[in-house]
Amino acid sequence: MSDSEHGQSIRLENVTKRYPGQRTPAVDDVTMEIPAGEIVMLVGPSGCGKTTTMKMINRLIEPTSGRIFIGDDDVTKANADDLRRHIGYVIQGAGLFPHMSVGDNIALVPRLLKWDKKKVDARIDELLELVNLDPGQYRDRYPKELSGGQQQRVGVARALAADPPVLLMDEPFGAVDPITRQRLQDELLRLQEELRKTIVFVTHDFDEAMKLGDRIAILQVGSQIVQYDTPEAILADPADEFVEDFVGSGTALKQLSLTRVRDVELHDAAVARVGADAREAVSAARDLGREWIIVLDDQDRPLRWVPVRDVERNGTLSSVTRDDDLEAVTLSSTLNDALDEMLTSSHGVVVVTGRRNAYQGVVRVETIMDAMQQLQGASSP
Amino acid sequence: MTGFVEFVQDRWSVLSFLAYQHASLVVQTLLIATAIAVVLGVLVYRSPVGVSAAQTFSAVGLTFPSYAMLGLLVGIVSIGVLPSVITLVFFGVLPILRNVVVGLTGVDQTLVESARGMGMTRLGTLLRLELPLAWPVIMTGVRVSGQMLMGIAAIAAYALGPGLGGYIFSGISRTGGANATNSIVAGTVGILLLAVLLDLALNLVTRLTTPRGIRV
Repeated sequence: MSDSEHGQSIRLENVTKRYPGQRTPAVDDVTMEIPAGEIVMLVGPSGCGKTTTMKMINRLIEPTSGRIFIGDDDVTKANADDLRRHIGYVIQGAGLFPHMSVGDNIALVPRLLKWDKKKVDARIDELLELVNLDPGQYRDRYPKELSGGQQQRVGVARALAADPPVLLMDEPFGAVDPITRQRLQDELLRLQEELRKTIVFVTHDFDEAMKLGDRIAILQVGSQIVQYDTPEAILADPADEFVEDFVGSGTALKQLSLTRVRDVELHDAAVARVGADAREAVSAARDLGREWIIVLDDQDRPLRWVPVRDVERNGTLSSVTRDDDLEAVTLSSTLNDALDEMLTSSHGVVVVTGRRNAYQGVVRVETIMDAMQQLQGASSP
Repeated sequence: MTGFVEFVQDRWSVLSFLAYQHASLVVQTLLIATAIAVVLGVLVYRSPVGVSAAQTFSAVGLTFPSYAMLGLLVGIVSIGVLPSVITLVFFGVLPILRNVVVGLTGVDQTLVESARGMGMTRLGTLLRLELPLAWPVIMTGVRVSGQMLMGIAAIAAYALGPGLGGYIFSGISRTGGANATNSIVAGTVGILLLAVLLDLALNLVTRLTTPRGIRV
């Protein structure tokens, strides 16, 4: 994926959308610049025109006036179908075609672009790997056989299939449960580190905007931009009362959404590889004063927490299975996510994974408390 | 009802030929009706006015007496196969058209938007998304139509059309005469059997042509 196409900038110039028979325009003279390779979040109350604004970029909605550029190309002059084949599009609930297999769904745009069969097949497997779904297991399944989170992953894979420079996402994670949403967000950030696409992301959830966005545009009715800045700047200095209301109260807790796991000190847990010598693992854990061992597979991916005394009693580490519900966060997760995971787990620590889900360490609850105190100290001197 | 078995045995070669003719008439007109209904449905399903016009046409058309229609057509295109074919196609279209419209308008609009958003053309969206998803509903209409046409095809004999209807008509015209009842029963039972066979066949076709991901 290292040779994939990076993002291009998007520029909206005096874009207006006026529906016939309505007095006020849905989108009123919007001008904004979305830098290449960044995630820009469009946030605002429902009916503010954020989705309309986004859909004008791929011309699912035609602007009444104004111009939109991707890179140096004026999209309002392009052939609409051709344009859309070069813009990834992800909607809420993924919008997978139920009568096609996962593989065929992903292959839709490459086939429209007439790629040859070999290239398409290779691309399907590559993308499934990229979104952490085993190709052998999932390629030939049908959407109804997947969970909501898995469907959404396939939706993202489908949007990335033809390696478009620009990705439009319309509340993609709105219909999944909070834990799945947090994982999908983490995965998107991990993908973005590799891909550097330009992503326009519509949401009404300010916490999601703070977590994912390099920049946030807060919109009011008519898609009027009230404030367009980095999450830190918006939090520190809201433009007006509307933004303040929208950002919400509990700012110290919000600050936890701005600090990433990679920004705090990670601790070591007692670690053992599956199949390793049990006695050594037990004595190593005892030396650290730990009651639990985190067991990793042969690629350093965490499998499961195992109590030290069980290892001692069984005398083996070879039959440890994967715990699908293991609480874990990634380096790009926020401290808020880590705290959430910790509250559902019983360990007081949460496992941190990095690239390819490899184990990195653990975050302790004390670390989060310290960070909170520091943040509070910083915001109220 | 005396000697029904002998009656059928004596005339087996004629009866089986007429049954074949009857089935062939229904299957061919059903194919034509399906094609016409799909084309009409596709032409109207995006417009609300078109949709309600198609629904009204389908509902009102079914109240039209098939016998009267055949009579009118005989005056226009003379007797034989042609008026039977026109009548069967006309009635065959009605239930299918209704289901084509219901099926196509029932496709989840977010899927259509997602298809357009990926750069699928209008025609591509219709052929690769909307029709496959509407297909089970359309085939239900085809099955209803097939059953109905089996019955209507019997009336074709009135215009000297092909099929088992001739036995029913001649039985009725000779009421009380020798073998009159046998003649009517043979024609009717034959048509019932054909109707069951056709429905089984269409059921199989539906299964085979419905994409696996949406099979229930």
